[in-house]
Amino acid sequence: MTRSVSSGPSRTLPQYGALAAVLLANWLLFPDFFSIRLQDGRLFGSLIDVLNRGAPVALLAIGMTMVIATRGVDLSVGAVMAISGAVAATLTQAGWGLTPVLAASLGAGLLCGLWNGLLVAVLRIQPIIATLILMVAGRGIAQLVTEGQIVTFTSPDLAFIGSGSFLTVPMPVVITAVLLGVTALLVRMTALGLMIEAVGVNRLSSAGAGVNTPVVLIAVYVWCGLCAAVAGLVVAADIRGADANNAGLWLELDAILAVVVGGTSLLGGRFGLLLSVVGALILQAMNTGILLSGFKPEFNLIVKAGVLMIVLLLQSPTLTLFLPRPARPRPVQPPAPSRAKPESPSPSAGA
Amino acid sequence: MTDPTPTASPPLLAIRGLSKAFLGVQALDGVDFTVRHGEIHALLGENGAGKSTLIKTLTGVYQRDAGTVTLEGRAIAPRGVEEAQRLHIGTVYQEVNLLPNLSVAENLFLGRQPMRFGFVDRGAMRRRARAVLLPYGLSLDVTAPLGRFSVATQQIVAIARAVDMSAKVLILDEPTASLDAQEVTVLFKVMRTLRSRGIGIVFVTHFLDQVYALCDRITVLRNGRLVGERRTAELPRIDLVAMMLGRELEAAAHRIAPTMDDAEEDARPPLVRFRGYGKARSVEPFDLDIRPGEVVGLAGLLGSGRTETARLVFGMDRADRGEAAVDGQAVRLRGPRDAIRLGFGFCPEDRKKEGIVGALSVRENIILALQARQGWLRPIPRRRQEEIADRFIRLLDIRTPHAEQPIQLLSGGNQQKALLARWLATEPRLLILDEPTRGIDVGAHAEIIRLIERLCADGMALLVVSSELEEIVAYSRRVVVLRDRRHVAELRGGEVAVDRIVAAIASEPAVAGEPRP
Amino acid sequence: MSRTWLISAAAAAALLIGLGGAQAADKKLVVGFSQIGSESGWRAAETKTAKAEAEKRGIDLKISDAQQKQENQIKAVRSFVAQGVDAIFIAPVVATGWDSVLKEAKEAKIPVVLLDRQIETRDPGLYMTAVTSDTVLEGRVAGEWLAKQTGGTCNVVELQGTVGSSPAINRKKGFDEVVAKTPGMKIVRTQSGDFTRAKGKEVMESFIKAENGGKSICAVYAHNDDMAVGAIQAIKEAGLKPGKDILVVSIDGVPDIFKAMADGEANATVELTPNMAGPAFDALVAFKTDGKAPPKWIQTESALFTPDTAKAEYERRKDAY
Repeated sequence: MTRSVSSGPSRTLPQYGALAAVLLANWLLFPDFFSIRLQDGRLFGSLIDVLNRGAPVALLAIGMTMVIATRGVDLSVGAVMAISGAVAATLTQAGWGLTPVLAASLGAGLLCGLWNGLLVAVLRIQPIIATLILMVAGRGIAQLVTEGQIVTFTSPDLAFIGSGSFLTVPMPVVITAVLLGVTALLVRMTALGLMIEAVGVNRLSSAGAGVNTPVVLIAVYVWCGLCAAVAGLVVAADIRGADANNAGLWLELDAILAVVVGGTSLLGGRFGLLLSVVGALILQAMNTGILLSGFKPEFNLIVKAGVLMIVLLLQSPTLTLFLPRPARPRPVQPPAPSRAKPESPSPSAGA
Repeated sequence: MTDPTPTASPPLLAIRGLSKAFLGVQALDGVDFTVRHGEIHALLGENGAGKSTLIKTLTGVYQRDAGTVTLEGRAIAPRGVEEAQRLHIGTVYQEVNLLPNLSVAENLFLGRQPMRFGFVDRGAMRRRARAVLLPYGLSLDVTAPLGRFSVATQQIVAIARAVDMSAKVLILDEPTASLDAQEVTVLFKVMRTLRSRGIGIVFVTHFLDQVYALCDRITVLRNGRLVGERRTAELPRIDLVAMMLGRELEAAAHRIAPTMDDAEEDARPPLVRFRGYGKARSVEPFDLDIRPGEVVGLAGLLGSGRTETARLVFGMDRADRGEAAVDGQAVRLRGPRDAIRLGFGFCPEDRKKEGIVGALSVRENIILALQARQGWLRPIPRRRQEEIADRFIRLLDIRTPHAEQPIQLLSGGNQQKALLARWLATEPRLLILDEPTRGIDVGAHAEIIRLIERLCADGMALLVVSSELEEIVAYSRRVVVLRDRRHVAELRGGEVAVDRIVAAIASEPAVAGEPRP
Repeated sequence: MSRTWLISAAAAAALLIGLGGAQAADKKLVVGFSQIGSESGWRAAETKTAKAEAEKRGIDLKISDAQQKQENQIKAVRSFVAQGVDAIFIAPVVATGWDSVLKEAKEAKIPVVLLDRQIETRDPGLYMTAVTSDTVLEGRVAGEWLAKQTGGTCNVVELQGTVGSSPAINRKKGFDEVVAKTPGMKIVRTQSGDFTRAKGKEVMESFIKAENGGKSICAVYAHNDDMAVGAIQAIKEAGLKPGKDILVVSIDGVPDIFKAMADGEANATVELTPNMAGPAFDALVAFKTDGKAPPKWIQTESALFTPDTAKAEYERRKDAY
């Protein structure tokens, strides 16, 4: 966990710097940007909007980070969002209680992830193609569930997930923080993180060292499916309805972008969960800024592309050569006299 | 600069004093090489001998540092494969360098299509393609994509293209590596026809039987230098192998006296036992026992099945016949995880591709196998990881500034030592090392050999593949010799000597049979 | 209108009357309908309504779902021609590329009716008529209602549809016409909400923050109801009362907006009727029986609905959608 968060100041500088810069630009465009007040017991303000609206992409980015760390990609997360939202709204409308609804909806996400994982790990289909299948089919499945309509529900329980608050913090933000924490614990307090990185850097070598590569791959796609299902729930709960046609549309690309902006390489290997979430917040801060700015909507994409280019340029390997290197980690410890006991069968006479 | 052939007319191709260095490594050092009209000339050598550098320098892929190349007396200096082809030197690689999604005819005439009124004349192209392929006994649909045909057919198309582009010298780089016996026969027929038309063929291969079946002359390279050129008829196999491996047989080092009585040794129950173990198109079925505290060497030329045997033993490749047992219990090796659970470890030949996890740190690389065996739910605490890494860094003298250095930044020898550390950390019972000293500097080389001896003394079983025969002889109690994907001999105790290994490698297939005890 | 069409239509009619006579009355009309797909609730309602309207008239309606692909629509039309249907309805997914397949239908003397969208063709004789709404008019109706409701003084925020889409352009155009001639009416903020509920909510949230906590906003005009529903939630979460503190006017007339109006949270919607097939059937039947050629463009009504009828309208529509 420590590594994902503190990989040295200069490695994380571009991300935090970019976030700060975008927030600053928003503040210049809109002086009230940082003002926060309580509204009906819930924090209210543009900064809160950035966190709240950034939550779905941040949730996707958490799962996507690990998939990308294995040198894969999951294009189906947007469609999985639509499925999970559709399942939740339809069952809620049919009168199910909150717990079974959540179970069914998250279960759908897990199943989708399992499908992707099996295609990638067992059938060895390239991830971009394997997940493309569900990207296309998934939205169709969601439409089948909703019968092509926007399924609206009134259950305040489910709506709470999208627009409720916990200790004044909006629920989507709370959920994202919790999922980030759980995921970080899962990968950094176990050896899963190491396995994911090893598989991403060199699948052959990892398999040769005994890493169960299929299980690692399936695990990351399943987790990614779960994250997408949570994101789908949040979005459906927020608008009190499931819009199978539009929920999560193109968000897979935003999620991939968030991960890349967060500094995880598409070539796999080292990953940073928190940085991916920061990446998602950078994207959302830009969106919110554009909305607040009053520019004509025709400029949205151009502004977004321009800012992104600057962020990515800051991370380019060619340019980072000019940035200061991280401090050297600890050197090899000299042998402690008390631990000089030889350990068979390794050579003991000293090399 | 003496031309061994006392002819007045210049030879077809004469290379004299060719040198080429990469980043200070002398890949070719003053090599002479001569090809005459109408001969098939084998170019032989073990790994790193300089065969491919010679070919690439000849065809202009690399620029030579020194030396001359003359074709029929005219000095040439091509700057690429296309220019070499225009200068009558055609090359066909093992992986055919044509375009599989274009048709046979298009491949034959790529870049020189017959034109009419500024358009490709497809009719003429098809007709000419059929005519070109006819002498090769190939009558096929020239409009079909090349990729639809077998590798053998693709190679013949590539040869036909090269010859049709007026090649006088034809270089065939390991053309038979992926062909079956029947396809080899067809290819040989084509090669003999071309020879009778006066074309000089350079034939690179690892199969000695094919050399003796086909070639008129043999040139052997070793470590970037010319060892010699001989007529095939005048060169006994054993001398050829000695040339390739670089041994003067009289001087062959004999093994130090066996430490234990062989009979007594053989009576000990083996740690692992393989019976009729093998895999189609990889290694013929073999028997193999390895006892605790013994080193078994696997010797043979490149491509003889050494590496394949090692990979089968570790489960990297899955056997399709035979039985395996550990401690007398039948086991199945479906993958490395099975092998690791049984206490095996494996340092592969291709360290970069199959060994190290490049971007991860030395520490993570060292603990990876141990962690994988424990499972992801039981992480090794960071403190303990650092202890393990530091211990092995000291013990094996791995030169790295710190344990957090990405392993890809280490030298080859230190990467190898880190890989050894990865397996030693799992306290294995059987360690399989495939070319453990390949590409490693002299100092690290000696350290690794000392380490092998010490591990063996500690009771570990080792299976070591090496092309360094002296090395194998020095530490092996038994040596299994392979040729043409077959275990052909097992030497033990006093028999373990370089000349015996060389003799086994060179033994005639018809006579040799299975000289097992 | 081209002469050849008239002649062939007359010939077809004559044929029908001549051969059919008394029989023609019993014989069921067979109509093939190439529907785009079911990408929205409105689209699903259009299909559902078409079925109901066909049943009402005793017409045999064959529906083919093109799944958003023109090639599927072209295949469907060819198959209808081969089956020898009496008429073909097309809801075209794109505007261009129809000429050749429509020619085939015309050669088979099968009249074609376009539903809900127009096509671009050099030969308008290739289809009999098009039944669509007037999207500019929709914007104008919404604007006029708002101008009247507020006495001509109102700061409006606008939630646009997908940038560059024709309903977004036209609904903006119609509304802007009213703004231009009403001095006290002003569009203070305009952004795209992509026709979706989620985006509508997000954009409205930022509008509220940018406009003094929403206090200086008099009304929100949304290019479709879905965005309006999202905006209503944003207004509520900002502690304001939608329908009172901020008026809500939108277009489409989907059930959810009637529900919101019944709850007093929305003020008006301009209906884009999903009943495109009804007028088309009427025109077709008239043509088949009397040989009366319909006008080239049959405009559907752009009716405005307000909260007083909302509850009844909601009940009526719940099942159509």
